[in-house]
Formats: sequence, C-alpha cells, structure tokens
Amino acid sequence: MNPNIYRHELRLRLRSVLIWSAGILALHLLYLPFYQSFATQAALIEQMKSSFPPEFLAAFGMDGADLSQVLGFYSFIFLFVQICLAIQAGNYGFGLLSVEESQRTADFLLTRPVPRGHIFVSKVLAASTALAVSAALVWGEAFVLIDLFRGAHPYDPALLALLLAGIPLFQAFFFSVGLAVSLLVRRIRSVTPYGLGLGFGMYALGAFSGMLGETPLEWLTPFKHFDAARIVQRRAYDVRLLWLNAAATLLALAFSYWRYLHRDIPAA
Amino acid sequence: MNVIEVSRLTKYYGTARGIVDVSFQVEEGEIFGFIGPNGAGKSTTIRLLLGLIYPTSGRASIFGRDCVRAGAEIRRHIGYLPSEVFYYEGMKVIDLLRYSASFYAGDFTARLHELAEYMELDLSRRIENLSLGNKKKVGIVQGLLHAPKLLFLDEPTSGLDPLMQRRFFDLIRRENRQRGVTVFFSSHILGEVQRLCHRVGIIREGRMIELADIRTLQQNTYKKVRILAEGLSPEAFGGLPGVTNVQTDNNGLRFFFRGDINALLAALAARRVSDVSIEEPTLEEIFMHYYE
Repeated sequence: MNPNIYRHELRLRLRSVLIWSAGILALHLLYLPFYQSFATQAALIEQMKSSFPPEFLAAFGMDGADLSQVLGFYSFIFLFVQICLAIQAGNYGFGLLSVEESQRTADFLLTRPVPRGHIFVSKVLAASTALAVSAALVWGEAFVLIDLFRGAHPYDPALLALLLAGIPLFQAFFFSVGLAVSLLVRRIRSVTPYGLGLGFGMYALGAFSGMLGETPLEWLTPFKHFDAARIVQRRAYDVRLLWLNAAATLLALAFSYWRYLHRDIPAA
Repeated sequence: MNVIEVSRLTKYYGTARGIVDVSFQVEEGEIFGFIGPNGAGKSTTIRLLLGLIYPTSGRASIFGRDCVRAGAEIRRHIGYLPSEVFYYEGMKVIDLLRYSASFYAGDFTARLHELAEYMELDLSRRIENLSLGNKKKVGIVQGLLHAPKLLFLDEPTSGLDPLMQRRFFDLIRRENRQRGVTVFFSSHILGEVQRLCHRVGIIREGRMIELADIRTLQQNTYKKVRILAEGLSPEAFGGLPGVTNVQTDNNGLRFFFRGDINALLAALAARRVSDVSIEEPTLEEIFMHYYE
C-alpha cells in the first residue's frame, strides 16, 4: 500500500461521501416520522396491503414485512437506503481506475515509482474506507433516528445490528462488480450511468425475483442476498446467499487485480 | 554505459501495428532524438519503456534492468513529460507538484521553487484554470522535480511560446551538462532535434529506419549544390554519377549530390560559373528523403 495514493484518493471522495450520507439521512428523515401512524393503525395498513396485488407488495419487499413493527417498518425504508448504497458503491467501483483514464491522468500515477499492484491496493483501500464511513453513518443514523421516532414501540437493537451488519458486504459486491466491469469495457466516459444501471438493475432483478417467488434469480442480486424484510422476519441471513455474494465479490476483485496488472494504459 | 537498451521490441494493439522490431541503445549522458511523423510509433516506444503498456515481443531495459519486471524501481530515476499534459483538475499547481514529489526519496522543495521560478510558473493557481502552455510548464517542473537521471520528453515544446521553448532547451542542456542527465527526446519538429540532440533515431511506420549521429547523418547524405552560370542546361551535370533532383532556376541549377566530391569539383572547374554553393542538407531535407 502506498500512503500518498491512499490519502489522495480518500480526499477525492470526501465530498461524495458527505453528499451520499446527506441523501440517506434525508431518506430516513422523510420516512421514519410516518412510523407512529403506521404503528397505531396497523389494522388499516393490513387492510390497505390486502387491496394491493401480492406481486406488487413483493416487488417492494412489503409482503413479509409487518409495517406496524419498528423493524418491519424500517426494513421497508432500508430497501431505499440499500439502493443509495448500491449506486454509491457502484460509482466508486466503476470510477476507481476508469476516471483516471477518461480524465487522462492515469499516466501521472503510473509513471511514479510505484508498482501497479500497490496503486490498485491503495485505491481499493481508500474507496473501501469511504464506503465504510458511509456505512458507519447509516449505522449511527439508524440507531439514533429509530430511537427518536419509534415512540413507545419496542424493537430489538440486536436484530437491527444484524440487519446493518450486512452493509459492508452489500457495498463490496457493487464496488467490485463495478470495478471488474470497468476493466472489461473499452472506455467509461461517465461513471454515473453505469452506477445507476447496476444499482437499479440489481434492484429490479430483486423485485422481479420477489414477484416470482423463490427462484434462481435471487442468487444473482444482492438485494435478495440482503433482503431486509426476510432478515427481519427470520432473524437470520440465508447463509448460502451470503457465501454466494462473498464469492462473487472476491472473484470480481481478483479478476480486477489481475486485469489491471496486465492492462495496457491507453494513450491520452 | 547504455542507459536504454531496446532489442527487437514489438508492440501490436490487437492487429493494429504499434512498433515492429525496434532496436537501439542510448548511452549515459546522451541527448537522443527520436523523430518520426505522427503515428510512426514514437509514443508507443516511450510508453513501452515507461511500463504503461506491455510489449508483444522483444525486450527493453533501462539502467540494465528489465522494463516490465523492474518498472517501479527504474521509474525512481525517470522523469517524463507527456506530449499532452493532463493533471488532477481540482488541485492547485503546488499541491500537484508536492504530491508528485512525495513519491521520491528526498526533499525537493528548493528545487521545486527554483524550477517554477525559472519557468515562470504560478504555483498558487488551480490546474483547471491553466492555459495549455502553463499546463506544459507544470509538466516540465513535474518531470524534472525529483532530479531524474533519465528524462523522457514526448513532443515537449507544443504549447510553449518561443521564449519559453528556448528557456526549456537551455534547462535541458543544463541538466544534461551539469548533472549528466540522459535525455530521450521525441519530436516531429526537426529543427529542435537538430539544435539539441547528439544522435537521432528515425522511425517510420513502426520501424526504425535510421540510427545515426546528427553530424554523420548530415555529412554522409546528399549535398545541396547550387550553380549560377550563363546558359546552363539541366543536362549539364546530369551525366555525373550521384546527381539527382536537378532543378533549374534563374540562370542556375540546383541538384542533390552524393558521391565523390572531387568528380563534382572537376566538372565545375571545366565550366565558367558565376557562383557556387555546396551546402549540407537540413535534417528536414534528410528526413523528407527517408519518407519519400
């Protein structure tokens, strides 16, 4: 690892971390205040839910969620938090190496006396730190704001911790897949469409797979590997899906490392 | 001692030709000119030597070490000025230069300020607000900052005004004379190569077609001959071996001559002429000859 590159890369992402965190905070502040009315009118909510087609509820992860319970309600909000985290992590992955090539600054770094492997590791660690900061902020927000808005309704902090514990792995998937794809395509001119595409694409896949019941589709998307409603309901992760997620992440990272080390850096 | 050794270096981008079978050496302390038109393979060669791209076959070594395997160690002593300069736009010049210097062992603060002052570079400005010429100056300072032993200059003068070009050449000469820096100078502007370099390699369509001392290159090739005389016909010297490219202008003849100069002098002595000039061709003319 090269500390100079690490610091430089981390500094580049500070603003982005703040913006994403502010967005996620806004999401929490937008939805959590509604909890109390959901909790007091549970019967009405159930009635409303029964008027929707089950496929629709499944698509939004509301089929299994008990919205009158604190964490049941939170698992519904958490889906939107996940979408934000997925796009952010995807952006970092897609941009990690490609931004230097599209902005043509790659030559600068690669002509310094640093092996490519060190550049790769330093950049990955800097982006991981930025993602970890985002994850930590989500943790803090979730605990503080749930406590603030839950009223007298009880919840199990251990279960919330279990749900939030999946964030780093969830982020790592989008980051590493983005990174791997960025090294496969010729040139990425703008990172955002790719980040949005991967994030929403995986979400849509999860929604489809929800509508179709338990299908092999859920193997493909982290939105199912880390399905908040199911985790809250079963008080556990599906370990097989967790392993699958971790394996895909490691594979994408290993491929990216190998590819970056052997890659021709296109001329400016 | 050779600083750069390149042996049968070949690079294909898929099926597209980069360079083919290029071999040459650059000695320590030498200013080596690398000339060729756009797309001939100049940048490809430099990028291979810097480890930015990997060869298809052949090998290259710098300071006696393989460019692919020992890239990072080699680059400790290399400075590089790319043809087009792109740096992190959000940064200030001073921060970029400090970031650059942080990769090398030593304190280069004094040298940083000295170089910036010499090149009249404002350190407090943001990269994104700099003109092309000023970005180039950042590139020059950045490339020389860590006092490298070997300098790669890829079309270094584009964007610099004539005054700055001269200052830059003086700087390179000084680095070469005082610190013994070896310079690999790629360009398609022959005048500047002629002014600065000791030896040149000419590359065309990916292949090295000539490798010579600048002097020898000029001496061993054509002489430009111009003769002024009454009633000269284009055929007057046409029979002489080594005469080519005969052209007439007012009362005179111009041609290229390559061969025994005594034969030319004898042929001239046999005539009554009003003026004669025999000149060495410019590098430009030699170069055009290789490209025709």
